[in-house]
Amino acid sequence: MEPHEFPHIEQQLAPVFERHGCEANQLLKILREVQEIFHFVPPAAITCVASHLGVPRTQVEGVAGFYFFLSLKSVGKYRLLFSDNVTDQMQGNPELMQYFCHKLWLEPGKVSEDNLLSVDSTSCTGMCDQGPAALVNGWPLTNLDRDRLDLIAELIHDKKPVCDWPSMLFEVKDNIRRAGTLLGEPFKPGAAIRATLDRGSAATLMEMEASGLRGRGGAGFSVARKWSLCRAAAGDHHYIVCNADEGEPGTFKDRVLLNSYADLICEGMTVGARIVGATQGFLYLRGEYRHLLKKLEEVLARRRATGLLGRSILGETGFDFDIEIHLGAGSYICGEESALIESLEGKRGRPRNRPPFPVTHGYLDQPTVVDNVETLACAARIALQGGEWFAAIGTTQSTGSKILSIAGDCARPGIYEYPFGITLHEILGDCGAEDPYAVQVSGPSGTLVSSKEFDRRISFEDLPTAGAFTVFKRGRDILQVVQNFAHFFAHESCGFCTPCRVGTQLQKKIVDKITHGHGTVYDLEELKHVGHIMQSMSHCGLGHTAANPVLDMLEKFPDAYEHKLKNFAFEPVFDLDGALETARNITGRDDAWAHLS
Amino acid sequence: MNEKRKIRVATCSLAGCFGCHMSLLDIDEKLFDLLGVIEFDRTPFTDIKHCGPCDIGIVEGGVSNAENVHVLKEFRENCKVLVAIGACAITGGVPALRNNIDLWDCFQEVYLYEGGLEGNQIPNDPELPLPFDKVYPIYEVVKVDYFLPGCPPSADTIWKFLTDLIEGREPKLDYEMLHYD
Repeated sequence: MEPHEFPHIEQQLAPVFERHGCEANQLLKILREVQEIFHFVPPAAITCVASHLGVPRTQVEGVAGFYFFLSLKSVGKYRLLFSDNVTDQMQGNPELMQYFCHKLWLEPGKVSEDNLLSVDSTSCTGMCDQGPAALVNGWPLTNLDRDRLDLIAELIHDKKPVCDWPSMLFEVKDNIRRAGTLLGEPFKPGAAIRATLDRGSAATLMEMEASGLRGRGGAGFSVARKWSLCRAAAGDHHYIVCNADEGEPGTFKDRVLLNSYADLICEGMTVGARIVGATQGFLYLRGEYRHLLKKLEEVLARRRATGLLGRSILGETGFDFDIEIHLGAGSYICGEESALIESLEGKRGRPRNRPPFPVTHGYLDQPTVVDNVETLACAARIALQGGEWFAAIGTTQSTGSKILSIAGDCARPGIYEYPFGITLHEILGDCGAEDPYAVQVSGPSGTLVSSKEFDRRISFEDLPTAGAFTVFKRGRDILQVVQNFAHFFAHESCGFCTPCRVGTQLQKKIVDKITHGHGTVYDLEELKHVGHIMQSMSHCGLGHTAANPVLDMLEKFPDAYEHKLKNFAFEPVFDLDGALETARNITGRDDAWAHLS
Repeated sequence: MNEKRKIRVATCSLAGCFGCHMSLLDIDEKLFDLLGVIEFDRTPFTDIKHCGPCDIGIVEGGVSNAENVHVLKEFRENCKVLVAIGACAITGGVPALRNNIDLWDCFQEVYLYEGGLEGNQIPNDPELPLPFDKVYPIYEVVKVDYFLPGCPPSADTIWKFLTDLIEGREPKLDYEMLHYD
């Protein structure tokens, strides 16, 4: 039998269909299972799923083609994806990937001839403090080195199922280095819900208002305002969604919160549900964190068993709320709230036109609150300890604390919780940064900060952040860092709007050109021009921020690129003579006209 | 008007179909007005073989072979303002359809499988322009000042663009001149 023929596909998929029903919004979940069964989404499965859900085949193929962890071509029984985040790169992941490919006679991106395995790179897997990291069939591998890769090669050679691999390969540490009020103080499950019920929803909303809590995902929108808008919005159902699609390269604080503070998060969701009147909640977990799925399901089960989820929570008649975990499939854009909602509905993660905003027209067009993991954890604390207590921490405009995921050139990478208003100097001292030269605050979409600005403060009014804090020591090639980010955005653009789809590609091409020593002053102007168009014309936040690293570099790090520039005004994008090589070989010509200088 | 120096214009077609040139001729009787203020240097109309110093250079077609590069560089060196006209010059256009086909497969299909007058062999005469592995847009080879889209741009679009440029205005095309449905 040909490896790609599936005569019994309907029987094979029957249990999957049974589990998920035949609503079109189950599409992504179904495709995830198809991928697990066949290690790709075969054409026969697309046809089968399309007829089962009653949707066009193109819709199924469109979704399957959109998400990186779904593949339309066979990727082998084992798929090893090396994280290509800049920290993994600095820790030597490109060399490790090359070593592994060399060892097994593989080419990156191509499946081995026996259809056993393929190797490729993927966007940041959120293990920056314990890299170099990779994913094997979706499970995280940390602290990779040649010895571990030798072992992995052996395991694959022996065709050992990934679930039977030694657990030390998959060890993921929390690395909490500095705990503040959010991480440090004990929390009894149910306490925040009890306090909310005792105080009443309206009064708890007032506490949120008094706390000044702002969204921790980066945008910093007032939580009290979001919740009251949703509470006031008319709809048959209200929903609350926890955004755990932590895709911003260099961010891993949500992973730690989900691993060790899941109760606090669920509690925040339940408090929010009480206030906005939601009976259903979703936790959108990024595909890279599927290793947390089982543990989270157990937390949910325990909370159901103890009356903290389900019907009549804590005995309060009419207070019904439950949480369902929805697993992502490898897409950065799904961290954008409207794209996340699209993904929840089983579609491609394409940001919606706004307004209307999700608070009035979100999941299934119903009023929906989408909050970051950390925001919900803060909300639970506030429900318990009050708004005033929270507002006393941090600065006037940025209340409370912020959890940072620190990685890169520092002695102690990991999780640090600080009150807002902390300077970069202090943070760099705490994490043991050696001769720091630059810091990428809030990931590629954030701000590249030079050593002259280390007295700036983490806060919404100065340096806002979603949590990533990547340190670069003196001597690091900032151009290479920015090139990594430019490639990242070009890969992750959803392709919906032209300024972002084309702009990210142009940016990548020009940065590559400069890196390869073909750049000119003209290219710098072009980068500024393209950056301006992306910032002003893109459809969503991805495009608005995708030019930040490039523009920051142009402004603050001239040393990074100036020596690479050619002096004349224009330089072809490609190697003219090199592009004639193929035809020279075919025709056997080597005359003067067969060359271009 | 007549006392003013005429604006010198050169045009050429690289990997294109001359459709853009045909569209330029489609401005019909306005050609007389145009020739009152411009004069042609190297163009397919004049059959001048090499380009001298010019004010405006108009390039149709993408870059498909080594000769195209020589012509394009000659234009860039001699023209103050270089304009890419039509889809092929701007993106590679129809000739770039070959970009997904391996060059060796192309050569085999044309010269080996079908058979030629000289028996089955791949021509290697130095007089023949040597093809690139792919067809490239012209902005990847030289700096381009203006892009005039369309396949081809309509006569009216070309007229508007040229008169703007000649009269010293920043060329501005209304939406009507840029949509093709």
